[in-house]
Amino acid sequence: MTVETAAAERLEHLGEEVLRVEDLTMHFPIRGGVFRRPVGAVRAVDGVSFAIDQGETLSLVGESGCGKSTTGRMVVRLLEPTSGRILYRGHDLATMSEDELRPWRSKTQIVFQDPYASLSPRMTVHDIVAEPLRVQGRYRRGGADRVSELLDLVGLQPEHANRYAHEFSGGQRQRIGIARALALDPELLVLDEPVSALDVSIQAQVVNQLRELQQRLGLAYLFISHDLSIVRHVSHRIAVMYLGVIVETGSRDEIFTAPTHPYTQALLSSVPVPDPRLRGARERITLKGDVPNPANPPSGCRFRTRCWKAEAKCAEEVPALEDRLGTGHPSACHFPELLPVLPTSGAAS
Amino acid sequence: MDDNTEPLLVIDDLAVEFRTDEGVVKAVDGAAFTIDRGEIVGVVGESGSGKSVTAMSILGLVKSGRRVRGAIRFRGRDLGTLPAKELRSIRGAEIAMIFQDPMTALNPVVTIGRQIVEALRLHDKRLSKAAARDRAIELLALVGMPDAAARFKQFPHEFSGGMRQRAMIAMAIANGPSLLIADEPTTALDVTIQAQVLDLLKVAQQETQAATLLITHDLGVVAELADRVVVMYAGRVVEQGDVTTVFTAPRHPYTVGLLESLPRLDRDVDELHPIPGSPPSLLAPPPGCPFHPRCPLARDRCRTERPELRVVGNGTAVHRTACHFAEELAAVPTEVTR
Ligand SMILES: Nc1ncnc2c1ncn2[C@@H]1O[C@H](COP(=O)(O)OP(=O)(O)OP(=O)(O)O)[C@@H](O)[C@H]1O
Ligand code: SF4
Ligand SMILES: [Mg+2]
Repeated sequence: MTVETAAAERLEHLGEEVLRVEDLTMHFPIRGGVFRRPVGAVRAVDGVSFAIDQGETLSLVGESGCGKSTTGRMVVRLLEPTSGRILYRGHDLATMSEDELRPWRSKTQIVFQDPYASLSPRMTVHDIVAEPLRVQGRYRRGGADRVSELLDLVGLQPEHANRYAHEFSGGQRQRIGIARALALDPELLVLDEPVSALDVSIQAQVVNQLRELQQRLGLAYLFISHDLSIVRHVSHRIAVMYLGVIVETGSRDEIFTAPTHPYTQALLSSVPVPDPRLRGARERITLKGDVPNPANPPSGCRFRTRCWKAEAKCAEEVPALEDRLGTGHPSACHFPELLPVLPTSGAAS
Repeated sequence: MDDNTEPLLVIDDLAVEFRTDEGVVKAVDGAAFTIDRGEIVGVVGESGSGKSVTAMSILGLVKSGRRVRGAIRFRGRDLGTLPAKELRSIRGAEIAMIFQDPMTALNPVVTIGRQIVEALRLHDKRLSKAAARDRAIELLALVGMPDAAARFKQFPHEFSGGMRQRAMIAMAIANGPSLLIADEPTTALDVTIQAQVLDLLKVAQQETQAATLLITHDLGVVAELADRVVVMYAGRVVEQGDVTTVFTAPRHPYTVGLLESLPRLDRDVDELHPIPGSPPSLLAPPPGCPFHPRCPLARDRCRTERPELRVVGNGTAVHRTACHFAEELAAVPTEVTR
C-alpha cells in the first residue's frame, strides 16, 4: 500500500474520532529509605480526558512539568498508565499486554523534540526510516521504494538516503524523524515539542511541512508544546494543562480570544509579542511564585497558590472542568470570567 | 574619566576566530555597533550567528578564540589592550553579566548571601561585613526574593530556576554597573517565570541606570524591552536601528525573513514563510553577502561584493543595513509591515 492509497482511506474518515482518553493518570512512585520502598508519588498526570478526530490537531500546552509529555508517552504506550482508558477507535490500549499491543503500535507514532538525540548516529537515513518497516516484517516487499517515497514526502532528496544523520542540520534531522514516524502509515502522530529545538526560520519550514502532511494524509496530531504562538498556528483545538490536570479546553478561537481560566489568561498575557507598537498596550498578568511540587499538589484547585482570584472555596473544593459561563467551552475554575487578554488582530496597524 | 564624546561601548569591526580540527571558524566577522548610556540594545539572530561570542569578547572571556581584528572601547578605553588586572576590576563592577544558566555564575558550595557579600567587598574594600550583609539582603529583596533574610543563608541548589535567576541578577547589579550584559537571560525559563524575570530586568535597569546588552533569539523579548536592536547573521551585523523601525520597516532580507517565519500569538497567520535553506557553515562562509544563498533578492553582485553597513531610510533614526539592494525592500509591503 503506498502512502497515497492509505491516505485516501483516511481522508474518507475525516472527522471521525480516532482517540479518546478517559481519566488518565500517571503516578510515578517516589522511593525512599534503605529498602527503596514507595514513600509517595509524583502525580504527573492526574485525571486527564480528551478526544481527537481524524485530520485534527489537538494541542496540549502548559509549562514544564505540567504532564503534557507524560500524557503523550502514555498515548503511544511508551508508558503504562496508572489508571484510565486510552481508547483507540474504541479499543482500550491502556491495559493491553505487549503482545496485544503489537498490531496497534503502528497506528500511533511519536516524534520527539530533540532531533539529535532521537536518531542513531551509526545508521544511514535509509536505515533509520526503514527500521520500523523491518521490525514489522514489512521491508522485504517494496520497503526500499517506500523509504524513497517517505523521504520525498518530507522534502528530502533521494541522495540523502545514504548519508548519516549527523551530516544533517536540525531541521533536516527533524524531517528524517517525521519520515520514520510515517513509515507504518500511522493515523495519529504524537508530536512532542517537534520544533522547539529549531531556529525560527527552520521551525517555520517544519511547521509548514507538518501542516501539509496533515492535509494530504488526513493525519490526526496530538501536538505538545509550551510555545503558544506555534500552538495558535497549528491547532484546531487546545487543552491547557497545569500540574497534571486540564484547566481549560476549547477550539483555538475559544482559547485565544475568549479564555476563562485565570491560568490560561496569565499564560497568554505573559508571552512577549514581537511587535514593539504593542508595548505597554497589553495588560500583563504576572503570576507570583513557582509551580508547586507535583508530589504534593495544593488541595482543591491546583492553581490556587498562584491565582489572584483564589478564595476559601478554592482550597476546599476541586473545580470540575465544565462550562459555567455558557461560552461553549469548559474551564476548571470556581470563578471563571471572560477576559480577552490578547490585543485583537491588527489593532496596532 | 569618561570620554563623553563617545558612546558607552563601541564595538568596532570585531572579528573572532576559533581553530578547530575541521578548520578556522569565523565566529564573528566584522561586528560593529555601539551602546549609549542607559539604553537597552537587543542582539538577535539564529543559533551560531555570533551573539554570545561577541558578548563574551567584551570582557575578554572567549577562552580558545582569537581576536583577529577590531576594537572594543568602553568609556573610551580599549578593553583589548587593558592589562588583565584592570579588566578583572571592571568585570563585576562596571560591567556585569547575566547568563542563561545561573549556575555558570553561582558557586554551588557557597551560600547565596556570601556570594553577594563577596562580590560587594571585592570591589569596595572599605565596606564592612555587616554593611555588606545588609546591602545583600536589600538586593535580594529588590529582585523580589520573598523572605530575603532567610534566602541569604541558602545554597543555590535550594532555589528554583526562577529564583536562581533572581539571585544572579542581584549579584550582577550589586556594584551598580554601568553596563549589564544579559545572554539569553530567560531562555531556559517557563513563560510565567520569564514574565517575572523580564519585569525584574526592567526594575534592575531603572534602579542602576545601566546600559543593557540583551542577547536573545526571542524577537518578542526584544520588542518588549529593547530601545534598539542589532540583527546578526553568520558573524556579522546585517541590520540595526531603533526597535520599532527595524520590526515594522525592516531593510534587510534576512530580518524580513525572520519576521515572516514567526507564528504570531496576537493574530492568525494563514501561512508561515520560512527562509529557505539553512545558515552557512562558518568554516567556509559564502563570498560576498553571507545571506546570498538564501536571499530572494540575490544577484551577481551579492555573490562577489560584501555589502557594508550603511544608513537607510529617512535618516531620522539611525537605521543601518548591510544589503546592496535594501531600497528594493522599501517597495515591498511585507506581511510584517502591514
Ligand atoms: N570554543 C569554541 N570553539 C569553536 N567554535 C566555537 C567556540 N565557541 C563558539 N564557536 C562557534 O562560533 C560561532 C558563533 O557562536 P555563538 O555562541 O556566538 O553563537 P550564538 O549566536 O550565541 O548562538 P546561540 O543562539 O546558539 O547561543 C558558532 O559557529 C559556534 O559554533
Ligand atoms: S546583499 Fe544581496 S544577497 Fe545580501 S541580503 Fe542584500 S540582496 Fe540579499
Ligand atoms: Mg549564545
